[in-house]
Amino acid sequence: MNTWRRPVTLLALALVPVVVLGVFFVLPVSGMVARGFWPDGAFAPGEVLDVLTRPRTGRVVWFTVWSAGVATLLAVAVGLPAAYVLHRLDFPLRRAVRAALLVPFVLPTVVVGVAFRQLLGEAGPLGFLGLDGTPVAIVAGLVFFNAAVVIRAVGASWESMDARPAEAAAALGASPRQVFLTVTLPSLRPAIVSAASVVFLFCATSFGVVLTLGGTRYSSVETEIYLLTTDLLDLPGAAALSIVQLVAVVVLLAIAGRLRASADPSIVRVPARPRRPRRSDLGQLVATGLLLAFVAVPLLTLLAGSLQVGDAWSLDNYRALTTTGSEQALLAPVTEALVTSLRTALDASWMALSLGLLVALAVTRRSRSRAERRVRGVLDGFFMLPLGVSAATLGFGFLITLDSPPLDLRDSPLLVPLAQALVALPLVVRTLVPVLDGIDDRQRQAAASLGAGPLRAVVTVDLPVLWKPLLAASGFAFAASLGEFGATAFLARDDHPTLPVVIFRLIGHPGAMNYGMALAASVVLAATTALVMAAVERLRVPSLGAI
Amino acid sequence: MKSISAVLLTCAFATASCSLIGTGDDEERATAQAGGEVVLVTHESFVLPDEVQAAFEEQSGYELVVRASGDAGSLTNKLVLTKDDPTGDVAFGVDNTFASRALEEGVFDGYEHPTPAGVSDFELPGDEEHALTPVDNGNVCVNVDDTWFETEGIAPPETLEDLTDPTYEDLFVLPSAATSSPGLAFLLTTIAAKGDAWPDYWADLMDNGALLTSGWSEAYQGDFTQGGGEGERPIVLSYDSSPAFTVDGEGGTSTSALLDTCFTQVEYAGVLAGAANPEGARALVDFMTGPEVQAALPDSMYVFPVVDDTPLPEDWATFAQQPTDPWAVDPAEVAANRDDWLTQWRDVTTG
Repeated sequence: MNTWRRPVTLLALALVPVVVLGVFFVLPVSGMVARGFWPDGAFAPGEVLDVLTRPRTGRVVWFTVWSAGVATLLAVAVGLPAAYVLHRLDFPLRRAVRAALLVPFVLPTVVVGVAFRQLLGEAGPLGFLGLDGTPVAIVAGLVFFNAAVVIRAVGASWESMDARPAEAAAALGASPRQVFLTVTLPSLRPAIVSAASVVFLFCATSFGVVLTLGGTRYSSVETEIYLLTTDLLDLPGAAALSIVQLVAVVVLLAIAGRLRASADPSIVRVPARPRRPRRSDLGQLVATGLLLAFVAVPLLTLLAGSLQVGDAWSLDNYRALTTTGSEQALLAPVTEALVTSLRTALDASWMALSLGLLVALAVTRRSRSRAERRVRGVLDGFFMLPLGVSAATLGFGFLITLDSPPLDLRDSPLLVPLAQALVALPLVVRTLVPVLDGIDDRQRQAAASLGAGPLRAVVTVDLPVLWKPLLAASGFAFAASLGEFGATAFLARDDHPTLPVVIFRLIGHPGAMNYGMALAASVVLAATTALVMAAVERLRVPSLGAI
Repeated sequence: MKSISAVLLTCAFATASCSLIGTGDDEERATAQAGGEVVLVTHESFVLPDEVQAAFEEQSGYELVVRASGDAGSLTNKLVLTKDDPTGDVAFGVDNTFASRALEEGVFDGYEHPTPAGVSDFELPGDEEHALTPVDNGNVCVNVDDTWFETEGIAPPETLEDLTDPTYEDLFVLPSAATSSPGLAFLLTTIAAKGDAWPDYWADLMDNGALLTSGWSEAYQGDFTQGGGEGERPIVLSYDSSPAFTVDGEGGTSTSALLDTCFTQVEYAGVLAGAANPEGARALVDFMTGPEVQAALPDSMYVFPVVDDTPLPEDWATFAQQPTDPWAVDPAEVAANRDDWLTQWRDVTTG
């Protein structure tokens, strides 16, 4: 290849995703931040700096860091044994359990909040602990939503780990504990660290959990930005915190990027086949069972609530889903919202998928120089940024920056799926990159030397390996889009609300029937997600979710 | 090259999706009206029955496009941010706690709207140019679970002072003033009632075990004894209309609103400055105070009409009592002090 063709290829591959992210992310966010720096048209950075020195800002940042940090540690602690059990052991319903554990990821926080508080609240079975409205409840909620990320990421790595070094260590007389600490854990470390960094990002930017479970006594950076933007219109304050958030995210991504080394594809590995549980697995099995109970109890509370009308069991809440609510709370019946949600999710999925594929291809081509590798590394991190920005900033940013031709897009129906695609994009990229990284480049070279053109090489070498992860990534994107609420609520148009928006509206109105319908609709959303994830599980992609 | 297949894939996906999103739009096109479209910008609680929207299109000859998202606060801020290039022709849903900010920023054009009997009672004080037309009103009031108090043999509270009485310790749940609009309304109630001593009142309230939640749903559905969940608290901050939704089917309702604790929220509609279709915008503002919309308000948006003698749903007429003399704070004062009040309020309530 000529020397100039490599950068050109890189540019061509990256061009579309970079432009899309530039227009729909960088432009709106920098527009909002600029409003903070130029409050009345004149450059006045003093106000922004002023906000950074407020004692309240310090408290907010500190709360965000420690609550997200503790939640991340806990998620890893409960996720590790579950990852082992669900990915190294073989028992009935294993895949169903894996799918079920991902359900919390998509449920609307307001509904989970109500379910959680029925447990922790004064009247609930765990009310005696007095945890309602405490940071403990917030951390528990964060773990509830994010444990699945650790299980998937670490589990995938565990599943494909070469079993022979551990066997060798055992043969040389190492105890199981020594094998775990000296062989297994070090090789899992990259997966654990990068999963932890993504969980930390999700926790630090979580909005609903902190508000709903914290009873408003605690503020995180994300909730503070939301309040400053939508309620107080304190744009300098919001800009200051947005910058703090972005800087923190970039630092975190840089650290994670360093620790996220891919396995060398040219080494043949012999992964262990999942085996039947033994007596020695009891501890891990119990821990997994406890985690499953922890996830299942709020979900079962929801299910039970949705099946009750007054004091009697009934399916009326589900029958009512085809109506517009007992007091016309809705314009469109819930069934129609489900169709809208599915359509939007389909659109978001293909957007996230095509962008994610281009990004993954661009960042995984073999780099020939340090500079090239660095460019690819920066690109990789760039597409993770949407995780670290408040939906309020993005939503308001759309309004003020996409308002004039050729970018008069703020009323486009494509904006909702696009915003959701941006949220799902990091998940897609992180699913595809390890797979593409794992293809031995010599296979492509062999194909080329046998006379295959570039396209033919892709079809015969990459595609057979890639199509399953692609389907899997689409399942992830689909589920993430189905449950997305923050950005959607800012953009949703009234004639076609999505299911989470409708649930939020139902639970926001008095009337027993509306409440029951909100629960029933949440169960439908959860079931739809579980179905999608179960379908993804059937594809048996080993590296699914290897973040 | 690799990029070719990727581009091909993208194109294939793109075609598939265009047809998807296209289907929704085609239906809308079919109903396009000769007079062009009127775009209504509003909050996510906006609901009007299809037949009422159709009535507007038929009477005026304009096509109605609704763009709804966010709550009243974020609606107002959106209007302020986009005032040079509004996203629609009419805005509905700015309320009397946010209206002053919108007026100061010049979001609305003045319009000498027609005033059916009753409307002028709700006009925004200080709105000299008639920028805002009142459309609906509702009161944020403390609600009590009468059946609970009857069972316990305790007389329910009646006034703001009662809420700090140890008899009612740990019984009151309310949404936060910082994150919810009824919460802010209640803060204004206490400011109107207690004057400069309001922080002391809140300190007493918190000492008496009042529970703060993030929003109305969490308080009413989660913690109130008559809400959807299995709440434990029989006193909640809600609306004067709420008792109409706890009707027991035997001629009574199990909750009531304390009419001495109310603050009136008024929602306005207005023609946006720089509207693309000012004619159509004025037609829509007129329509909002017309009989069709006014009669649909209680069932659709859980608020009372502003026009006198508009028929109410049966349960409302029987069970939803409105206060005769609610508390009020001058909107200009709200605009000037909101941030300070909220900061002070946060200090008192988070201790």
